[in-house]
Amino acid sequence: MNHSSTLDWTAVCPLDRLEPDRGVAALVDGVQVALFRTADGLFAIDNRDPVSGACVLSRGIVGSRVGVPTVASPLHKQVYDLRTGHCLDLPGVAVARHDARCRDGLVEVRLRREV
Amino acid sequence: MSGDLVVIGNGMVGQRFVDALRARDPQGRWRVTVLGEERRAAYDRVRLSAFFDGVSESDLNLHTPHDGVRLRLGEPATAIDRDRRVVTTAVGEYHYDALVLATGSYAFVPPVPGAELPGVFVYRTLDDLTAIRAYADGRRAGAVIGGGLLGLEAANALRLLGLSTDVVEFAPRLMPVQVDQAGGAMLRRYVEELGVRTHLGVATTAIRPGPDGAVAALELSDGSAVDAELVVVAAGIRPRDELARTAGLPLGPRGGVLVDETCRSADERIWAVGECAAVDGTCHGLVAPGYATAEVVADRLVGGAATFPGADTATKLKLLGVDVASFGDAHGATPGCLDVTFTDPATRVYAKLVLSDDARTLLGGVLVGDASAYPTLRASVGGPLPAAPLALLAPDGGGADAGALPATAQVCSCNAVTRGDVDAAIAGGCADVAALKACTRAGTSCGSCVPMLKQLLDAAGVAQSSALCEHFDVSRRELFEIVQVRGIRTFSRLAAEHGRGRGCDICKPVVASILASLGTGHVLDGEQASLQDTNDHFLANLQRDGSYSVVPRIPGGEITPEKLIVIGEVARDFQLYTKITGGQRIDLFGARVEQLPQIWRRLVDAGFESGHAYGKALRTVKSCVGETWCRYGVQDSVGLAVALELRYRGLRAPHKIKSAVSGCARECAEARSKDFGIIATETGWNLYVGGNGGFRPRHADLFATDLSTETLITLIDRFLIYYIRTADRLQRTAGWIEAMDGGLDHLRAVIVDDSLGLCADLDAAMARHVSSYSDEWRDVLDDPDRLRRYTSFVNAPDVPDPSITFALERGQPVPVRGHTSPARPEDADDQRRQPVALGLPEVRR
Repeated sequence: MNHSSTLDWTAVCPLDRLEPDRGVAALVDGVQVALFRTADGLFAIDNRDPVSGACVLSRGIVGSRVGVPTVASPLHKQVYDLRTGHCLDLPGVAVARHDARCRDGLVEVRLRREV
Repeated sequence: MSGDLVVIGNGMVGQRFVDALRARDPQGRWRVTVLGEERRAAYDRVRLSAFFDGVSESDLNLHTPHDGVRLRLGEPATAIDRDRRVVTTAVGEYHYDALVLATGSYAFVPPVPGAELPGVFVYRTLDDLTAIRAYADGRRAGAVIGGGLLGLEAANALRLLGLSTDVVEFAPRLMPVQVDQAGGAMLRRYVEELGVRTHLGVATTAIRPGPDGAVAALELSDGSAVDAELVVVAAGIRPRDELARTAGLPLGPRGGVLVDETCRSADERIWAVGECAAVDGTCHGLVAPGYATAEVVADRLVGGAATFPGADTATKLKLLGVDVASFGDAHGATPGCLDVTFTDPATRVYAKLVLSDDARTLLGGVLVGDASAYPTLRASVGGPLPAAPLALLAPDGGGADAGALPATAQVCSCNAVTRGDVDAAIAGGCADVAALKACTRAGTSCGSCVPMLKQLLDAAGVAQSSALCEHFDVSRRELFEIVQVRGIRTFSRLAAEHGRGRGCDICKPVVASILASLGTGHVLDGEQASLQDTNDHFLANLQRDGSYSVVPRIPGGEITPEKLIVIGEVARDFQLYTKITGGQRIDLFGARVEQLPQIWRRLVDAGFESGHAYGKALRTVKSCVGETWCRYGVQDSVGLAVALELRYRGLRAPHKIKSAVSGCARECAEARSKDFGIIATETGWNLYVGGNGGFRPRHADLFATDLSTETLITLIDRFLIYYIRTADRLQRTAGWIEAMDGGLDHLRAVIVDDSLGLCADLDAAMARHVSSYSDEWRDVLDDPDRLRRYTSFVNAPDVPDPSITFALERGQPVPVRGHTSPARPEDADDQRRQPVALGLPEVRR
């Protein structure tokens, strides 16, 4: 385990502010997070596209690949596993994933950082 | 080898030689000078007669400019000095280290009394055709001396010009070189049915003038006479070898520059290609052997060892609407050979195969009336029969499948591509006809081998899957039908009933586009919003740093000073980088997502609307300034462009659609590089379809001529809707037409002749689009729910994305590239770009 949850939960927005199968960007402790609401639940990953360096992943198309919930980078369409952050098209490429949950109608995010 | 290369002649073969050399000599070791006698650059002489069908001079153009090639038109060579290695023209002298003669042929005029009279023409150049057309005006009787291939083309031309037409042929049949007696008889029935009278087995003994001194009649050897106010002589061609003869080069027994199998003359620095070359003593009058000589010499000049592969004299053409083909030993000259013939007077089809004495090897053949089996048969000459003879001769050529061909069989004779070449390209990953064309050049000239390319893909087991992605097993076209017929309006229902899973970045935008094309409301309404690609989701174009660009519509490229000032003010106030686009509008770059509504508020208030630069949709209809101002213009090109752009704005399609309108044949709007292009004529509009720039540039094909504005719009309406309904995902109109069974002819049948009974439906669909259009951006600004999307951070809407920063370059903001692309090595440019604080815009209302 080289990941651990180190920070507290931060309330970001009401759940109904998230469109189903679409993302938004949030700013949590200075980190740009891409937050998605899908039929499989809420997911949070870094908003920064590791291939281009631009902060755009929240604007990608949400979908599935062989049952895995995914988002495709809007710049060059590399597809990421929303559960793990791994890129399904480029071996060795990944984005950081974060925790997301809904409490009392509010979406909360907790950053994960390498230690 | 390198140095000065002079090419005398810029005909089809001369041009092909230069293209072939440039492809093999990318470093430009040869400095090339081309001397052309005509004032036109190379054009397609094979399709010369199409000039009378409304095809313009520019449609026939074959000339491609190359770096390091100097083209001197209207400057014929007058002498070759072999000692000094200099070619002389009326203007000057050109030194050569290598000289290529591509002087072609001239039309042979038999020494008949009266051949010099006014009204007697040959049929060789565009100037000849222009002169024939002018002289035909107001005359009624025409005649052609010569019933060969060129003679019948000339006869058709006279017919199209409204003249009665007589053809006089010395041989006992039409097209004596290509066709046997029975085939000639079938051909004659077709030709005479079109009102062309034929006189076979007779010679022209004199051309007689009328009282005005111009030609009036032909006298024939059987004592009869034929009325003729205009005479075309098409009695054969002779090689242009006078320069070589004067320079002391040996000639072939029937003329032509004598060259060996490497196409080199007796002078090691002088080569000859095309019709003027007597290869091992024989001149070839067809373009395919000419192209072969061009390739040989280009190869030799870069140190290759190519030799002339032998002439393929096979011919397939449509003469007066009749398919005629001849290949191999068409006349059965091989000792002991056997004929298999098939004659069907009902369908008026004649076919003959010439087989070896053991009936196992195909030697040649003749086809009249139906030449669909020609590509496979021609490729099988010299090899075993690909199927039983009767199956091969069946009217639809059903037995002829390219899969039975040997690897050495030539599939594309225009570009000398064998089945082995095609199979290798398929093994190398080419999975469709378009890829094969790009990779091998097969099918890129006359196109007759395209059906074989499909058969070879099938034979190689390349399953051309039409499944869209893992979520849908059907193609975009089938999906469109499902959505349309079943009235499905949501992605979730479509996936549940006709697919699987949650969709992806491939199928979701396709469904979004289909729903938009069917006019199902705003593209950001309800579930549709989640299907849109980021550009459509924010109605702006995503750039590399995560910022967006904004393109207001400027119909036809026409804009008032007031609106120009508004664009300038918006760009200044929001500190946007501005650039003029190729589609005659203005692109504003560097807008953050939360700035888009503020920018559009200003633009919409000033009367602008969305330019749909972000969508797979109609982009622009570009125009030249037209007759309003231009002294050459013949129609109001700007007015039409504005009308078309307003009619089709917002139309979603499988890919972007571009258009242009030119006000005269000079074509300043570059309409032929567009999906649909319109060029003005004196009496109306010519419509071209299927062009594009981009990765694989393609000129649009002439679709219809001299249309009224009303008819033009009807045809474009149907063209666009039919494209939207039936094209594949991300298939532009060019690829769509290329992939269509029957190609342009099929498209004409569907949208001009209504062969599928679709036209009323297509017209109604476009009418719905036009009446339901509303500006997407105005609709967003009026709706708080839609506006909510345009925030930087859902929990910090006042904080702009800190990763977007700009530097100044040439006085304008540009992204700081090192900042957003850590993976890229810093290039020299970035060293000069220091981030600057541009601050947040001060929005003035």
